[in-house]
Amino acid sequence: MPRSITHGSFTIIRHWNHAPTRVFDAFAKQDAKAKWFAGPPGCQLYDKSFDFREGGRETLSGKHADGKVTTFDCVYRDIVAPTATEAGRIIYSYVMHLNGTKISVSQAAVEIVPETGGTKLVLTEYGDYLDGYDDAGSREHGTNWLMDTLGKSLEG
Amino acid sequence: MLNYQLDKAFAALADPARRAMVERLVQGPATVSELAKPLPMSLPAAMLHLKVLEESGLVTSRKLGRVRTCRIDARVLSQAEQWVGERRQMWERSLDRLGAYLDQTKPEDQG
Repeated sequence: MPRSITHGSFTIIRHWNHAPTRVFDAFAKQDAKAKWFAGPPGCQLYDKSFDFREGGRETLSGKHADGKVTTFDCVYRDIVAPTATEAGRIIYSYVMHLNGTKISVSQAAVEIVPETGGTKLVLTEYGDYLDGYDDAGSREHGTNWLMDTLGKSLEG
Repeated sequence: MLNYQLDKAFAALADPARRAMVERLVQGPATVSELAKPLPMSLPAAMLHLKVLEESGLVTSRKLGRVRTCRIDARVLSQAEQWVGERRQMWERSLDRLGAYLDQTKPEDQG
Protein backbone atom coordinates (compact mmCIF):
# COMPACT_ATOMS: atom_id res chain seq x y z
CA MET A 1 0.00 0.00 0.00
CA PRO A 2 1.66 3.28 -1.11
CA ARG A 3 1.94 6.03 1.49
CA SER A 4 -0.58 8.74 0.80
CA ILE A 5 -2.82 11.29 2.43
CA THR A 6 -6.30 12.01 1.13
CA HIS A 7 -7.88 15.19 2.46
CA GLY A 8 -11.59 15.57 2.91
CA SER A 9 -14.14 17.58 4.80
CA PHE A 10 -17.86 17.58 5.34
CA THR A 11 -20.53 19.41 7.29
CA ILE A 12 -23.76 18.05 8.74
CA ILE A 13 -26.49 20.37 10.03
CA ARG A 14 -29.35 19.24 12.28
CA HIS A 15 -32.24 21.16 13.82
CA TRP A 16 -33.78 19.85 17.04
CA ASN A 17 -36.58 21.19 19.18
CA HIS A 18 -34.50 20.69 22.31
CA ALA A 19 -32.64 23.21 24.45
CA PRO A 20 -28.95 23.81 23.57
CA THR A 21 -27.92 22.81 27.11
CA ARG A 22 -29.55 19.39 26.66
CA VAL A 23 -27.75 18.86 23.37
CA PHE A 24 -24.46 19.87 25.00
CA ASP A 25 -25.06 17.49 27.91
CA ALA A 26 -25.53 14.62 25.46
CA PHE A 27 -21.89 15.18 24.44
CA ALA A 28 -20.56 16.12 27.87
CA LYS A 29 -21.88 13.30 30.06
CA GLN A 30 -20.57 9.79 29.56
CA ASP A 31 -23.80 7.94 30.29
CA ALA A 32 -25.77 10.22 27.95
CA LYS A 33 -23.18 9.98 25.17
CA ALA A 34 -23.12 6.19 25.44
CA LYS A 35 -26.80 6.21 24.47
CA TRP A 36 -26.08 7.48 20.97
CA PHE A 37 -22.33 7.49 20.21
CA ALA A 38 -21.78 3.88 19.30
CA GLY A 39 -20.70 1.82 16.35
CA PRO A 40 -23.04 0.33 13.76
CA PRO A 41 -25.56 -2.36 14.83
CA GLY A 42 -23.83 -5.52 16.04
CA CYS A 43 -20.71 -3.60 17.08
CA GLN A 44 -19.45 -4.64 20.53
CA LEU A 45 -17.84 -1.79 22.42
CA TYR A 46 -15.03 -2.19 24.93
CA ASP A 47 -12.03 -0.35 26.36
CA LYS A 48 -13.88 2.89 26.98
CA SER A 49 -12.50 5.99 28.63
CA PHE A 50 -14.09 9.42 28.90
CA ASP A 51 -12.52 12.64 30.17
CA PHE A 52 -14.59 15.54 28.87
CA ARG A 53 -12.47 18.64 29.48
CA GLU A 54 -9.97 20.62 27.43
CA GLY A 55 -6.94 18.39 27.03
CA GLY A 56 -8.95 15.39 28.22
CA ARG A 57 -9.10 12.17 26.26
CA GLU A 58 -11.87 9.86 25.13
CA THR A 59 -11.21 6.41 23.72
CA LEU A 60 -13.55 3.79 22.40
CA SER A 61 -12.86 0.45 20.74
CA GLY A 62 -15.41 -1.61 18.91
CA LYS A 63 -15.48 -5.07 17.41
CA HIS A 64 -17.78 -5.04 14.39
CA ALA A 65 -20.08 -7.81 13.27
CA ASP A 66 -17.65 -8.71 10.45
CA GLY A 67 -14.76 -9.08 12.94
CA LYS A 68 -12.93 -5.86 12.20
CA VAL A 69 -11.81 -3.77 15.18
CA THR A 70 -11.88 0.02 15.13
CA THR A 71 -10.60 2.37 17.80
CA PHE A 72 -11.44 6.02 18.29
CA ASP A 73 -8.91 8.10 20.23
CA CYS A 74 -9.89 11.71 20.80
CA VAL A 75 -8.50 14.75 22.61
CA TYR A 76 -10.82 17.64 23.44
CA ARG A 77 -9.28 20.95 22.38
CA ASP A 78 -11.96 23.55 23.01
CA ILE A 79 -15.13 23.27 25.06
CA VAL A 80 -17.61 26.09 25.50
CA ALA A 81 -21.01 25.27 27.00
CA PRO A 82 -23.95 27.00 25.31
CA THR A 83 -26.50 29.10 27.16
CA ALA A 84 -30.13 29.71 26.21
CA THR A 85 -29.00 32.60 24.01
CA GLU A 86 -25.33 32.00 23.20
CA ALA A 87 -23.78 29.29 21.08
CA GLY A 88 -21.45 26.70 22.52
CA ARG A 89 -18.90 24.47 20.83
CA ILE A 90 -16.83 21.35 21.20
CA ILE A 91 -13.68 20.97 19.12
CA TYR A 92 -11.65 17.79 19.24
CA SER A 93 -9.04 15.97 17.25
CA TYR A 94 -9.10 12.24 16.87
CA VAL A 95 -7.26 9.28 15.41
CA MET A 96 -8.96 6.17 14.06
CA HIS A 97 -7.33 2.75 13.88
CA LEU A 98 -8.64 -0.19 11.88
CA ASN A 99 -7.31 -3.58 13.03
CA GLY A 100 -4.33 -1.83 14.61
CA THR A 101 -3.49 0.31 11.57
CA LYS A 102 -3.85 4.08 11.80
CA ILE A 103 -6.28 5.07 9.07
CA SER A 104 -7.14 8.70 9.74
CA VAL A 105 -6.35 11.82 11.71
CA SER A 106 -9.26 14.23 11.93
CA GLN A 107 -10.46 17.39 13.56
CA ALA A 108 -14.13 17.91 14.27
CA ALA A 109 -16.01 20.98 15.46
CA VAL A 110 -19.51 20.70 16.89
CA GLU A 111 -21.34 24.02 17.12
CA ILE A 112 -24.44 24.08 19.30
CA VAL A 113 -26.41 27.15 18.35
CA PRO A 114 -29.63 28.32 20.05
CA GLU A 115 -32.45 29.04 17.61
CA THR A 116 -36.14 29.71 17.96
CA GLY A 117 -37.76 26.63 19.45
CA GLY A 118 -34.56 24.67 19.89
CA THR A 119 -31.04 24.09 18.68
CA LYS A 120 -29.11 24.03 15.46
CA LEU A 121 -26.20 21.62 15.49
CA VAL A 122 -23.42 22.09 12.93
CA LEU A 123 -20.80 19.37 12.77
CA THR A 124 -17.80 20.01 10.54
CA GLU A 125 -15.07 17.46 10.16
CA TYR A 126 -11.76 17.75 8.36
CA GLY A 127 -9.81 14.56 7.91
CA ASP A 128 -6.50 13.27 6.63
CA TYR A 129 -7.21 9.76 5.47
CA LEU A 130 -4.02 7.73 5.40
CA ASP A 131 -2.42 5.33 2.95
CA GLY A 132 -5.34 4.57 0.74
CA TYR A 133 -8.34 2.50 1.40
CA ASP A 134 -7.02 -0.62 3.06
CA ASP A 135 -9.81 -2.91 1.99
CA ALA A 136 -9.97 -5.18 -1.03
CA GLY A 137 -13.75 -4.77 -1.00
CA SER A 138 -13.63 -1.01 -1.30
CA ARG A 139 -15.68 -0.82 -4.48
CA GLU A 140 -18.37 -2.96 -2.96
CA HIS A 141 -18.20 -0.80 0.12
CA GLY A 142 -18.66 2.34 -1.96
CA THR A 143 -21.70 0.87 -3.64
CA ASN A 144 -23.17 -0.17 -0.32
CA TRP A 145 -22.67 3.30 1.01
CA LEU A 146 -24.26 4.81 -2.06
CA MET A 147 -27.23 2.50 -1.76
CA ASP A 148 -27.64 3.17 1.96
CA THR A 149 -27.57 6.87 1.28
CA LEU A 150 -30.00 6.47 -1.58
CA GLY A 151 -32.29 4.42 0.64
CA LYS A 152 -32.21 7.05 3.32
CA SER A 153 -33.02 9.80 0.84
CA LEU A 154 -36.00 7.77 -0.35
CA GLU A 155 -37.27 7.24 3.18
CA GLY A 156 -36.96 10.93 3.96
CA MET B 1 -13.32 18.25 -7.09
CA LEU B 2 -14.24 15.99 -4.24
CA ASN B 3 -17.82 17.09 -4.04
CA TYR B 4 -18.29 17.74 -7.74
CA GLN B 5 -18.40 14.09 -8.75
CA LEU B 6 -20.63 13.32 -5.81
CA ASP B 7 -22.96 16.16 -6.81
CA LYS B 8 -23.24 14.69 -10.29
CA ALA B 9 -23.98 11.26 -8.88
CA PHE B 10 -26.69 12.58 -6.58
CA ALA B 11 -28.18 14.76 -9.31
CA ALA B 12 -28.39 11.66 -11.48
CA LEU B 13 -30.15 9.85 -8.63
CA ALA B 14 -32.67 12.64 -8.13
CA ASP B 15 -35.03 11.01 -10.63
CA PRO B 16 -37.19 7.98 -9.75
CA ALA B 17 -36.68 6.28 -13.13
CA ARG B 18 -32.93 6.56 -12.80
CA ARG B 19 -33.05 5.30 -9.22
CA ALA B 20 -35.05 2.31 -10.44
CA MET B 21 -32.36 1.62 -13.04
CA VAL B 22 -29.57 1.85 -10.44
CA GLU B 23 -31.46 -0.40 -8.05
CA ARG B 24 -31.82 -2.95 -10.82
CA LEU B 25 -28.14 -2.70 -11.78
CA VAL B 26 -26.95 -3.19 -8.21
CA GLN B 27 -28.29 -6.74 -8.59
CA GLY B 28 -26.17 -7.30 -11.69
CA PRO B 29 -25.63 -6.17 -15.29
CA ALA B 30 -28.69 -5.69 -17.51
CA THR B 31 -29.42 -4.82 -21.12
CA VAL B 32 -30.95 -1.48 -22.05
CA SER B 33 -34.27 -3.09 -22.89
CA GLU B 34 -34.31 -4.98 -19.58
CA LEU B 35 -33.78 -1.68 -17.79
CA ALA B 36 -36.44 0.12 -19.81
CA LYS B 37 -39.10 -2.61 -19.64
CA PRO B 38 -40.48 -2.01 -16.10
CA LEU B 39 -40.51 1.75 -16.57
CA PRO B 40 -43.62 3.62 -17.76
CA MET B 41 -41.84 5.26 -20.69
CA SER B 42 -40.65 4.70 -24.22
CA LEU B 43 -37.30 3.09 -24.98
CA PRO B 44 -35.83 6.38 -26.30
CA ALA B 45 -36.90 8.15 -23.09
CA ALA B 46 -35.28 5.42 -21.00
CA MET B 47 -32.12 5.74 -23.06
CA LEU B 48 -31.96 9.45 -22.24
CA HIS B 49 -32.10 8.62 -18.52
CA LEU B 50 -29.39 6.03 -19.03
CA LYS B 51 -27.24 8.66 -20.69
CA VAL B 52 -27.50 10.86 -17.56
CA LEU B 53 -26.44 7.92 -15.39
CA GLU B 54 -23.49 7.22 -17.69
CA GLU B 55 -22.42 10.86 -17.64
CA SER B 56 -22.50 10.82 -13.85
CA GLY B 57 -20.10 7.89 -13.94
CA LEU B 58 -22.43 5.68 -11.91
CA VAL B 59 -23.16 3.38 -14.83
CA THR B 60 -21.04 2.09 -17.70
CA SER B 61 -22.28 0.27 -20.77
CA ARG B 62 -20.77 -1.88 -23.49
CA LYS B 63 -22.25 -2.83 -26.80
CA LEU B 64 -21.83 -6.40 -27.91
CA GLY B 65 -23.35 -7.02 -31.33
CA ARG B 66 -26.78 -5.41 -31.18
CA VAL B 67 -27.14 -5.62 -27.42
CA ARG B 68 -25.94 -2.90 -25.07
CA THR B 69 -25.26 -4.16 -21.55
CA CYS B 70 -25.09 -1.79 -18.59
CA ARG B 71 -23.45 -2.23 -15.22
CA ILE B 72 -22.99 -0.19 -12.08
CA ASP B 73 -19.57 1.40 -11.65
CA ALA B 74 -18.79 2.38 -8.09
CA ARG B 75 -15.42 3.81 -9.08
CA VAL B 76 -17.23 7.11 -9.41
CA LEU B 77 -16.85 7.21 -5.68
CA SER B 78 -13.18 8.00 -5.40
CA GLN B 79 -11.25 6.86 -2.40
CA ALA B 80 -11.73 10.24 -0.78
CA GLU B 81 -15.44 10.27 -1.46
CA GLN B 82 -15.78 6.82 0.03
CA TRP B 83 -13.89 7.91 3.10
CA VAL B 84 -15.82 11.07 3.55
CA GLY B 85 -19.06 9.29 2.72
CA GLU B 86 -18.48 6.61 5.32
CA ARG B 87 -17.38 9.01 8.02
CA ARG B 88 -20.29 11.25 7.20
CA GLN B 89 -22.69 8.32 7.29
CA MET B 90 -21.30 7.25 10.66
CA TRP B 91 -22.05 10.73 11.96
CA GLU B 92 -25.49 10.90 10.36
CA ARG B 93 -26.42 7.67 12.13
CA SER B 94 -24.99 8.84 15.44
CA LEU B 95 -26.85 12.14 15.20
CA ASP B 96 -30.06 10.26 14.33
CA ARG B 97 -29.60 8.34 17.57
CA LEU B 98 -28.81 11.54 19.46
CA GLY B 99 -32.02 13.15 18.16
CA ALA B 100 -34.03 10.10 19.23
CA TYR B 101 -32.32 10.10 22.64
CA LEU B 102 -33.19 13.78 23.14
CA ASP B 103 -36.80 13.08 22.17
CA GLN B 104 -37.06 10.18 24.61
CA THR B 105 -35.53 12.02 27.54
CA LYS B 106 -37.24 15.37 27.04
CA PRO B 107 -38.28 16.81 30.42
CA GLU B 108 -42.01 17.52 30.64
CA ASP B 109 -41.57 21.11 31.80
CA GLN B 110 -39.98 21.95 28.44
CA GLY B 111 -43.16 20.92 26.66
